[in-house]
Amino acid sequence: MIRITRKVEFSAAHFYHNPNFSAEENRRVFGKCNNPHGHGHNYVLEVTIAGEPDPATGMVLDLKELKEILQREVMERMDHRHLNYEVPELAGQIPTCENIAAVIWKLLEPKIKTGKLDRVRLYESPDLFADCTADASNGNGART
Amino acid sequence: MKISLTRRYRFAASHRLHTAKLSEEENKRVYGKCSNPYGHGHNYVLEVTMTGPVDSATGMIANLSELDPFVQREVIEPFDQKFLNEEIPEFRAQVATTENVSREIFRRLKSFPSARLERVRIEETSKNSFEITDELEVRA
Repeated sequence: MIRITRKVEFSAAHFYHNPNFSAEENRRVFGKCNNPHGHGHNYVLEVTIAGEPDPATGMVLDLKELKEILQREVMERMDHRHLNYEVPELAGQIPTCENIAAVIWKLLEPKIKTGKLDRVRLYESPDLFADCTADASNGNGART
Repeated sequence: MKISLTRRYRFAASHRLHTAKLSEEENKRVYGKCSNPYGHGHNYVLEVTMTGPVDSATGMIANLSELDPFVQREVIEPFDQKFLNEEIPEFRAQVATTENVSREIFRRLKSFPSARLERVRIEETSKNSFEITDELEVRA
């Protein structure tokens, strides 16, 4: 099996706020990420597809096709958007790196017809990223 | 689908690869210039990966307001700008290779209370990296 990875970058705004928390609790839990005016990041998204290369083309998945899927599913939805207000898939969720990566996984998985979605890695900054991976082994990995 | 969160930290430290279990000749042969008696240093990059359920109230596996001070206290403060062989007690009895440093850091971080430590990865230089996962650590 071969894994291929395509990278895209998008810029978006967000802030963290839970309407069920008091103002004080929101500040305590989310710190400066609670600033209601929002702030932004240059997100870097790495999408990995796993599969066997097609004997005729030598490709797991045509990267041109993957590029188009990423453009349609991710870039058009999220690039230069406010994630709290403009991305319906995130409605009702705190737009953390974990939640955004999970939304991207759910958007992409049904669109990958050749090979399998293996990993979605979303960098919020060079020092913070979330990974979504196929749950291959024994469930949710909650071994103790 | 499984989600994890990874945070990168940095520390600078010196070490010397040398063991009393080997002769001077053997130390030189095995560790080469890493065995220079005065030691040498690296800018280590530490990647800490946490997994577990995403809390629906916060959207988080681990809140960085807890994770950052925890890693700071357990690893960065004791390791940063130090000579690992002398100043970290665990490396008096074992060689401060980055394999062993990874294992020691895993041991120090696995008590993080609100998420499960899945992986510790250390870049000793931009060319060498070492990683330990919970499975490998349990078998060790």
